[in-house]
Parts: sequence; structure tokens; C-alpha cells
Amino acid sequence: MLLRHTPTEIKERKSLVVNPAKTCQPIGAMYAALGIKGCLPHSHGSQGCCAYHRSMLTRHYKEPVSAATSSFTEGASVFGGQANLIQAINNIFTVYEPEVIAVHTTCLSETIGDDLKQIVTKATKDGKIPEGKTVFGAPTPSYVGSHVTGFSNMVKAMAQLAEPSSEKNGKVNIIPGWVEPCDMEEIKRLCTMIGVDTTMFPDTSGVLNGPLSGEYKMFPDGGVTIKELKEAGQATGTIALGEWCSADAARWLDSKHKVPCTVLDMPFGLKATDRFIDVLRTVAGVSIPDTISYERGQLVDLISDMHQYFYGKKVAIFGDPDQLISMVEFLRSIDMCPVYVVTGTPGKKFEKRIKELTSDMPYECKVKAKGDMFLMHQWIKNEPVDLLMGNSYGKYIARDEDIPFLRWGFPITDRQGHQYFPTVGYKGGLRLLEKILGLLLDRKDRDSPEETFELVL
Amino acid sequence: MSSKTKVVQWDPADIKEELLKKYPPKVARKRAKQIMINEATESEAPPEIVANVRTIPGIITMRGCTYAGCKGVIMGPTRDIVNITHGPIGCGFYSWLTRRNQTSAGPDGENYMPYCFSTDMQDQDIIFGGEKKLEAAIQEAYDLFHPKGICIFSTCPVGLIGDDVHAVAKKMREKFGDCNVFAFSCEGYKGVSQSAGHHIANNEVFTHLVGTNDEPRKEEYKINLLGEYNIGGDGFEIDRVLKKCGITNIATFSGNSTYDQFASAQHADLSCVMCHRSINYVADMLETKYGIPWIKVNFIGAEATAKSLRKIGEYFGDKTLIEKIEAVIAEEMPEVEAIAKDVRSRTEGKTAMMFVGGSRAHHYQELFNEMGMKTLSAGYEFGHRDDYEGRRVIPEIKVDADSRNIEEIEVVADEVHYKPRKTPEEIKTLEDAGYQFKHYDGLNPDMDKGTIVVDDLNQYEAEKLVEIMKPDLFCAGIKEKYSIQKLGVPMKQLHSYDSGGPYAGFKGAINFYKEIDRLVGSKVWSYMKAPWQENPELTATFVWE
Repeated sequence: MLLRHTPTEIKERKSLVVNPAKTCQPIGAMYAALGIKGCLPHSHGSQGCCAYHRSMLTRHYKEPVSAATSSFTEGASVFGGQANLIQAINNIFTVYEPEVIAVHTTCLSETIGDDLKQIVTKATKDGKIPEGKTVFGAPTPSYVGSHVTGFSNMVKAMAQLAEPSSEKNGKVNIIPGWVEPCDMEEIKRLCTMIGVDTTMFPDTSGVLNGPLSGEYKMFPDGGVTIKELKEAGQATGTIALGEWCSADAARWLDSKHKVPCTVLDMPFGLKATDRFIDVLRTVAGVSIPDTISYERGQLVDLISDMHQYFYGKKVAIFGDPDQLISMVEFLRSIDMCPVYVVTGTPGKKFEKRIKELTSDMPYECKVKAKGDMFLMHQWIKNEPVDLLMGNSYGKYIARDEDIPFLRWGFPITDRQGHQYFPTVGYKGGLRLLEKILGLLLDRKDRDSPEETFELVL
Repeated sequence: MSSKTKVVQWDPADIKEELLKKYPPKVARKRAKQIMINEATESEAPPEIVANVRTIPGIITMRGCTYAGCKGVIMGPTRDIVNITHGPIGCGFYSWLTRRNQTSAGPDGENYMPYCFSTDMQDQDIIFGGEKKLEAAIQEAYDLFHPKGICIFSTCPVGLIGDDVHAVAKKMREKFGDCNVFAFSCEGYKGVSQSAGHHIANNEVFTHLVGTNDEPRKEEYKINLLGEYNIGGDGFEIDRVLKKCGITNIATFSGNSTYDQFASAQHADLSCVMCHRSINYVADMLETKYGIPWIKVNFIGAEATAKSLRKIGEYFGDKTLIEKIEAVIAEEMPEVEAIAKDVRSRTEGKTAMMFVGGSRAHHYQELFNEMGMKTLSAGYEFGHRDDYEGRRVIPEIKVDADSRNIEEIEVVADEVHYKPRKTPEEIKTLEDAGYQFKHYDGLNPDMDKGTIVVDDLNQYEAEKLVEIMKPDLFCAGIKEKYSIQKLGVPMKQLHSYDSGGPYAGFKGAINFYKEIDRLVGSKVWSYMKAPWQENPELTATFVWE
């Protein structure tokens, strides 16, 4: 038993988090910043944060993750980080030649009160930022929210690069939220099929799922350009996928530049994808092409083929709010029962939404925002489930409790290929179904006595 | 790889110039002192290298922080201590199981390593102080688990807001009575690399834990193994070999370690230091306080393992032990040699570069030598000058402001437990016979003339080195892995070994040979260019004519 000290009896904990279902803001900001073309993310703090964030992102995406740090030592922590950041900006532009530096703060620089805007203004005045290059930043204190908050803050900072203009360019801003690079690719494919001209930000496709060719490009070809971000205010509208990840940026563009926004759930599963496609249709003013209806029909077909295995199966799932909301809806739509749902990211709205989505279940769903995996494990110990879904850390619970385990979310450090196989849209739905059924039937095969071990299932 | 032309003639001075060319002048001046062309000969000392100095802001460094060194490296592998990170959630999360320290607790033993404990500080804790929350968290951990020990790790904001973690730890230790609670001021901004964190961790362990178990140990040939972290099971293999030889390992600092191992460390008769950088001062303190001499060992490489075992045998000077060690070596080596011979036919003459934490960039050269591979360039992520130039330079090392704020503890001979293991005469006899105590020559003497030694290598220099020298293999950490591989050069992680290991001892050597054989021989590196990219002048119509 790997988690042998986890007791079945649940006692309330007020101060000790055990096995968190979240991490800190800057890693989200770093991931988002990688979705800008020619951008070097910069961590304003001591170098451990940057090392940890790069390591974790690299372990998940299996791709180079370049990012610089202000390398605070005690002096900077006492006297402020301005000198470090200005020196860093100069060195970065000289040595790495990025188009843009996206700075995010850490708990260290936030606590000492460094003001990014003021420092960037000073760097500009001092001539440390070459002509045509961009430096911008987002505050991402680690002691507020979670990695999701940091992602959202950096995306909002991207939106704030939009320049005032009375012109419209006919494009639609798509804010995809924290999804895999292949998911962003898939969302763009759907938009292209429908005929919607988009600006997607951030866009890590081509950045964190790039080819192996014997050449190393610190700044790969993918990513949204600064020019596109500057023109984001000229868009016809914004579609933000995920309340937690994307809504802030979309609403800011709406209020500041009068770009009307629609906040949708992330398009995981049938219904959320339906809503996304339907909104795209409205935005573009077109009829949905048959190819999309065909893909949808294939997903429905697979659900109908498989639902006998899914019906009533209990699922425990942990992860980030936006992903969980759509996934819980999807699980319900295939008649599975998400009985335990945990996120580490705070937000009362989350609990309410999950309760609504699971209100027709035969069991009551236990849901916790600002929860941890220790608590979820205790729930499972008290009443077991048929499937566990979440990031790689779930494998310890899965092994101890002997539960089939689907890796989905961030970070996945012990399986490969998730940067290439989307789980959004109808195609992504097919993949999720295949994976879930594979796990359930592998278990059935494993547990069947010889006399009921069958070729046809 | 096969399609690449090798640069046979390269001048190390030109390479150094190329590495520095793009830097702003001030940066170039600083880096120039950290890039050394190894020109050591038998008669002259190699040139001085600057190490353990601040990383330049904006440079994409391989380094981590003090917290990472303290909580992640040193305390991470101790299984029956509840390690609570006091700070926002990130630091605890990222140091949760990511270093591949393995442990074996048996069916009933305590094992908290798969758990991550944090106070998850929120903004109100930053504003009003986090001591109360920490105190409550320690209480909750105690009530839940009743462990032997609870350790507290300070993260950056804790130092800034001034939470007195040591006072809280003391209060709780006294309150519990049966649980040793102590704390580490290992805020990430201290020092210049994770090395500072090792120091802080080791000092606290020595102060609060080492020597607290008085129960005598009856075993023979008792040693401590220092600076071994059981990454990928290295410690398991070393323990297997030691046990087979009849040597008792009282305490590993800190791979697969337990509270009681540390508490009993004073019972050993010899300390064997693996990673010099992370722990050499503990060996010194054990000697000063308890009279335990120390030697430098290396269990990476089959030859090195044999050599280290013999060195331990020679220290005890017991015929039975020495014969047993020879028997074990004789038994283990044939398989190692057979596989080395097979692998060597494919690896001979290949080249490697190695940029890893402390001693690994040195130790692994032994394994590469066994495969006929040459190390073109190497360096440490957090080494100090003595790790490069040997312990003889220690008196010359100037302590700067960043090192001065890392506490040095004063240790004196323990009134009760100090017991010299050897008489001065015995020591002298051994030394006259060429035996070296407290000795480490550093990395430089073992590297060929003209090789390049780089301290605190960064991403830009790594890429340049690979482009210019085209090694067959590059060894570093996870952050470097994929940028090097994009260049078509296989990259082996030597911090946490990707998914492989163990690589220590005899069985580990075999694992490593096979792993490197696979890496440099994999077909994938020949797929970099599509046929149409290699022969772009051909046209489609050609085929049809």
C-alpha cells in the first residue's frame, strides 16, 4: 500500500493540505506564454520557481520549455527585483533574441511588492527593450487561486495588448483555455471546417508538439503573434472556453473594446462540443457543414455501441474546474456516475455547477472545490468506484484501491503522446470513449474466472 | 547521427570564444571565468575555475533553488518523516515524487514519501503571518499519522514575512514529546543554487537527529554512506553489494533512509562519501564529533565499485573482510565484463558531454570509460571550486555574501561518544601505504587535456557546445532533455535517470551499458531528414523517365 497512512475515517483539516489537486499560479502563466509566437516566458523571482515550472511542463509535454528567471538572491529580495529584471531583459534580448518577453511574478516578487508595469516602463526608458519588441507581464501570486488562475491572468494580460481601433477585421477570438496543444489544433480545425476566421490565444500547437527534425528552434513556428493580439480588439466576437481559464480575458475585451463575448464550457464531450459548434455557426452566420454533423454522428454511434458498459458505473475524478465541468457532463451523457469530484482550485460556483450536472444521478455526488486528493481517497475508501480519472498522481490511489485509472488533465508524467491526441470535439470524444471502455473491459477480462472469460464482449 | 560530419579538429579556445561571443560584455567577462579549458598536466595545476557564484538574471540556467536542495534532494528520500512545506502550494507540489527516490518500507513500515504536505498559504497568511496556520498544520499531521519526526521547510514568502518556523517547531516538539519536530530556513532565494539547501538540510539533521539513538550496534564493519539518494534504486544495489561483502550500512544520507538510521549514524566506524558536494561537511562533522574518519568512494562504474569496496576493506584491514570483498568482486565481474565487451563494440570511440548537479558529472565518466567513450565536456550545476579542483583549494576559497548567510555549525568532540576509530599510528601506517582520508581530487584531473569544463552551464551554451562538438550523447536533466534531442542528439537524464536505473554497483553498470548502447544506437536519430529533404534536387518526373 503506497498511501498506507490514509485513514478511512474522515476528520476535518483546516491547515494541512495533503496531496494537493492544484499547483501554483506561475506555471499556468508560463504555459500560456509559450502559446505566443517568439515569446520567452520570464519568471520574476528566485530561480527555483522557474526550474520547477520548466521541469513539470517538460515532463508533461515532452518538449523543450525555455523560460528565463530573474534569479533573485537575498539582496534582490530585500531591495526589490527591479535591477534583476532590467538586467534580465537586456540579457534575454541580446542572447536569445525573442520577439516578446512575457513576465509573470512569483510569491516572492509579489510579497516584496515589485510593480511589473513600472519596471517595464523603466526598462523601456533605459533603452533595454529593442525597437519592435514587446515586454509585458501578469501578476501571478502563488498564494491566490491556483495554476488555473495564473493561466487566466496571463491570458488576460495577452488580451490587454489589444490596441484601440474602430475597424473590424471579421475574425473571431478563440480563447481555448488550458488544453493540450493538439486540442488547440483540433479546435482550429473545427473552426476552419465551419469557415470561421480565428485568432486563437494562447496557441501552443506547433510550440509544444513540434516535429523532431535535427534542428532546435527556441521559438518554434506556432503561437499567436503579437500583431494578432494587438488586433484582438477588432474581432467580431470572442468565444472563451472555460469560465476559470478564459472568461476574464474575454470579458475584458468586451468591456474595453466592445468585442462581444460568449463564455462556453470547454468542448469536451458531446453536449459541450454541440454548444461550441452551434455558437460558431451563429458567429459565422453559416450552416454547419455535413462533415461536422457526420463526425458528431460517429460519436453518437460509438456512445450507442458502448453505453451498455458505461451505465451506472461510478467515477471519481479530480482536476481543474473547466475541464471537470465538461467531463462530468460527458460522463453523465454516457450514463456514468461521477460520484466524487475534486478540484484544488477555489470557487463556490464550481460546486454548484457540478451539483446541477449530476442532479439526476441515483447517488449524490460529493464535490469539493479547494479539496485535495487525500480527501478524495478517503471518500473512495469509504465507498469504492469503478473508474478513477485525473493526472498522474492518481496512480497511487488507483493502485492501492485497485481501480482502473484514466490519465487525463495536468500533469501527466508517466504516459506519452497526450500532446498529439486531442480529447476536445467529437473526435476527442471518440478517443475518450475508447480509452474508458478499454480500461473497463481490461478489468473485466482480468477479473473473469476462466469459465466466463470470453472472446466476444 | 550517422549523416553528421564530425568536427575532428577543434580548438578549445575557439569554442570558448564562440560560447562567449553573443553575450553582453559584462556577462561574457563573468562567464569566461566559469568556462575552463582543462590543461592540467602532471607537473602543473589546472587553471582556477569560478564556481558557486550567482546566476546572471535572464540567463536560462539549469539551476534550481535552496528549497529544492533542502526539501527535494536531502530530505525527500527519508521515508518516515512527515515533510511539511510551509508556503503556497507550488513548492510542495513540484517536489512531490519528482526525483525518483525509491524506498522500501516493507509491508508494515512507515512511508510518507508518496504524500505531499503543505500549509498552502493564502494571501491572508502572507498579510497576517503564517505561524498559527503552521502550528495547526503540524498538529493535524501529528494527529493523523503520529510520525517519529515532522520537518518544516520554509519557502520564499515565509522568509520575507518573518514567520519563525524554528520557534513553532520547538514549541510543537516540546508539546508532543514523542515526535521530533524541526525546521529548515531554506527559502529559495538563499544562496546561489540548490547547494545552499543541501547545507541547510544537513546542518539541521546533524543538529536535531544524528546521534540521538544510543542503542549500540553489534554488527561488524559498520559504515555510513553519505551523498547517495537512491535515485532509480542506486542505493538498493549498493546495499546489496555491501551486504554481500558483510559490510553493515548503518545510515545512508539519505537514500531509502529512516529516522532511526540518522539517529544511529554515530555508531559507524567509517563514513564513505559519494556525492562530495552535497554532504562532505557532514563527514567532517561526524569525524570531529564522534571520531569517524571518512573516505571518498564512488559506486558508479563496476571498476569504481570494486575499487571503493577494496578501499573499505583496506580501512578495516581485516583479512576475512578483504577476502570476502575479493570473492564478491570475482563473482560479480564476469557478467559485467561480458556485457561491457559486447556493448563496447558499438560504443567505443563515441563521445559524451555531461552537465549534472554535483559529483555525477564526474562519477559517470568511469562508466563511459568502461564503454570506451570519451567525455568531451563536463561541468556542475551547483558545484563549488573544490568539486572541480579538489579539496586542496578549500582554504583558498573566498566566502562571498551569498554563502556567508548559510549557517556553518561549529562542532566539537562529543564528551561521551567521541571515540577515535583508529589510533594516530594506525592512520599513519595506512597513509604511508598510500591510503587517502578526507581526500578528493575533483573533476578536473580526471578529464583529458583540452576538454572544456563549464560551471553552471545554461541553455544557450549547451546548444552551442552540441552544435560545435557534435557529441554522440549529452547528459543533463529534464529541462535540457528535449532541446538537445531536437538537435538529433540523444540525451540521457542523469539527475533522475529518465525512467531507468539503478546505475550504481555491478548490476547498475550493466543497466547503464545497455541504456547507453540503446541511446547511441537507436535508429531514430537517422530519421531527422525526409528523403526529399536530403536530395532536394531530384524531381518527381525523374522516376517516370
